[in-house]
Amino acid sequence: MKSSSAAAAGSRKGPLGRLADFLDDRTGYRAVMHEALYERVPGGARWRYVWGSTLVFAFMTQLITGLFLWASYSASAQTAWESVYYIQHEMAGGWLLRGIHHFMAQAMVVLLALHLLQVVIDGAYRAPREVNFWLGLVLMMLVLGMALTGYLLPWDQKGYWATIVATNLAGIVPVFGPSIQQLVIGGTEYGHHTLTRFFALHAGFLPGALILMLVVHLSLFRKHGLHAKQPITKPDAMFWPDQVLKDAVAMLAVMAVVLGVILVPALKAMLAGEPVHAGHLGAELGAPADPSLPYAAARPEWYFLFLFQFLKVFEGWGATGEFLGAIVVPGLIMGVMFLMPILGNWKLGHRFNVAFTLGVIAGAGLLTALALNEDYYALWVDKAPLAEAQKLYDETGGDEAKLTAALGGDKAKLAAIEKQWETLEKIRRSQAFLDAAKQAKLDAARAIELAGRPEKIPPAGMLELVRADAKLQGPRLFAQHCASCHAHVDPQAPAAAAILAKSSAANLFEFGRASWMRGLLDPAQVAGPAYFGNTAHKDGDMVSFVQGDLADADQWKKDDIEAVIVAMAGEAGLAAPGVQPAMLEKGRALVADGERCGGCHKVGDNGTALGSAPDLTGWGSREWLVGIITDPTHERFYGDSNDRMPSFGKAAEGAAPMLSPQQIGLLADWLRGEWYRP
Amino acid sequence: MSRQSPDPAPGRRSFLTEALAIACGGLATLTPVAAGVWAFLDPLRRKGGAASFLPVTELAAVPDDGVPRQFAVIAERADAWTGFAAEPIGAVYLRRGKGSDTVEALSATCPHAGCFVEMEPTGRCFRCPCHNSTFTLEGGIVAPSPSPRPMDGLECRVAKNGSVEVKWERFRAGVAEKIVQ
Repeated sequence: MKSSSAAAAGSRKGPLGRLADFLDDRTGYRAVMHEALYERVPGGARWRYVWGSTLVFAFMTQLITGLFLWASYSASAQTAWESVYYIQHEMAGGWLLRGIHHFMAQAMVVLLALHLLQVVIDGAYRAPREVNFWLGLVLMMLVLGMALTGYLLPWDQKGYWATIVATNLAGIVPVFGPSIQQLVIGGTEYGHHTLTRFFALHAGFLPGALILMLVVHLSLFRKHGLHAKQPITKPDAMFWPDQVLKDAVAMLAVMAVVLGVILVPALKAMLAGEPVHAGHLGAELGAPADPSLPYAAARPEWYFLFLFQFLKVFEGWGATGEFLGAIVVPGLIMGVMFLMPILGNWKLGHRFNVAFTLGVIAGAGLLTALALNEDYYALWVDKAPLAEAQKLYDETGGDEAKLTAALGGDKAKLAAIEKQWETLEKIRRSQAFLDAAKQAKLDAARAIELAGRPEKIPPAGMLELVRADAKLQGPRLFAQHCASCHAHVDPQAPAAAAILAKSSAANLFEFGRASWMRGLLDPAQVAGPAYFGNTAHKDGDMVSFVQGDLADADQWKKDDIEAVIVAMAGEAGLAAPGVQPAMLEKGRALVADGERCGGCHKVGDNGTALGSAPDLTGWGSREWLVGIITDPTHERFYGDSNDRMPSFGKAAEGAAPMLSPQQIGLLADWLRGEWYRP
Repeated sequence: MSRQSPDPAPGRRSFLTEALAIACGGLATLTPVAAGVWAFLDPLRRKGGAASFLPVTELAAVPDDGVPRQFAVIAERADAWTGFAAEPIGAVYLRRGKGSDTVEALSATCPHAGCFVEMEPTGRCFRCPCHNSTFTLEGGIVAPSPSPRPMDGLECRVAKNGSVEVKWERFRAGVAEKIVQ
């Protein structure tokens, strides 16, 4: 009947109308559209009903952006970071695509909380909608699962370490825990299969399950109709167009917030006059995952921060505490939520449900605030009133007995200072986090700089490049192996004096350059803490030579000393640009002269034998530095008079040396300031 | 429950609401689509590297008997984010006439559909294993052949030190004209 009336109307219609009729005859789309759009909204359109629609919108956005990201992502330990780098920094519009996906995921968590809150407050879980409420809770867990699995996919430090923690927590589930963990990470080690599995979960299993559940969730929603908030004061309306408009405005607002979060850092940089690059735009990309590098800035994404903090409540309880905090308590909370539709049959039960939900959200909010406060405490605490406590701490080294003695038995003061020490400890921990976070940013920026070299990333992956970078590895190797004796500090820096006083070997800042050599040949400095002052060579021949011969203007003219300085920097290959060749020649001759430096030092073939003083041939060059770090006891360097410096590259037969040749090379390159610069 | 039936509310207000709803919803949904399409079209921005002469072999390694021999083309290569050190990236056939100091180069890529053209075991002609395009040793078409054009000759020069260098180019497959890709 319907089709015949449509055909009758068709004669008066244009070609578009006729096409619509043709399609409707064969598909019945008008009835479907009518069914979809003309849903009765009791009491008319309201803003409080938009949350479900914004969630569907957010999910559609994730689906669309996710599929496009998929077209460029490569899930393996050697290509995940690299492909995300390529999306973010090299592909046109990649930063926007990834930014939307990244921040819409976060918006989705917020929208989930709002949707749940609205449903519970309105009592929309009551009969006959119980099953749909339970479906909603399952959907919530699926979304959180997608958030958790998505965090790992860039395979950067942040995602890697957060995933290690999350999967280890799964491992403490009794009986099946270790098997679950091993299945999730695809073996006993984190690697290719962790990524392929997380990716399959993130882009396949979880969204697939979510779509199925969502279809049922929405059809049940339509079956039962919208649960109207009582009392109804306005006339009913249809879903289309009034409620659709409100939904659409809310969707647009969500998208606007997401775009705002993506673009604000770039706008800030623009206003500050800095050049804007892809690092400013959208989602952050950390340094590539490195299991060998400690990462003190490891934190879950902000919406899981409350769980992270909650686990601290059980600190000291060992594995039982983690089991309670990570599994039992969240499990109980979910259990109560599943019971809500049943509890809600009683008036008191509904009030309990509302109070419980608000309580959980408030509790999570509080825990999040506590976690943030612990991490960022050092930024906002006023340190001025703590100056005395800090001084006492420095003097006593935090020893309580010494503090009691220092305060002369003043108990009230003792208690006050100890309380302040606790605050200081909080500041120290917070500062450690902030420093780690800052270092993580620097590492990430450097990795991205390296990835952008014209040579691109080696086939073995970004980690190889990061590990072979002197600028990144030099400071770490130096801190680990050299800094217990050597300083590396600009002598002009404010803190230099304190650092030099604590060092027990030469300051290696700008070693090989004229500035370093100028200090060594300065009678006032040579026996100071930046050179031989804190070493066995303090009273050695070099110090007496600098303080005696060099200081004697009859023997050494100022120009001659300057020529030696320039020539030595020349040996290192670090002479300042624009040095006159004549000056260099003159310096070389002075250094080689048997009556001067050459009297003790071998330089080229000046005839002086090795053994009396370090060989100055190629002093400060990469080869020379590698040599002395490898074995300072070699006759070419300090021989028997080597003062405490270990032979880092030498080991007994069959044993591994303290540093590999590559590591020693990295130290040498870093000391010489030689690394890739864009 | 005797609530009044919803008013279909035809007229200007309803039209405005509908138009606004479509505009807002459309704008919100098109944003991720646009971002996705923008990134998806990125490959269109990328141009192949300019063709350059690559050393393939030594003149002495190409026998002067007029029979083509296959040589690998070795070059550094970039693939999206990965930079590869020098490795084989393709193959050419080199041919030198009796006593000649010049070398002719043919690309081993079939002009028909891009398969790898092989030398017949008899050594009398080239044949593509995919659709049986057949070519003479000089690269000319042997009819009937699915290939629309002869094998693609490549510019080839012999450097002073005897190194044979080939200008490495790829051409569009399936068309009669030889168009650089």
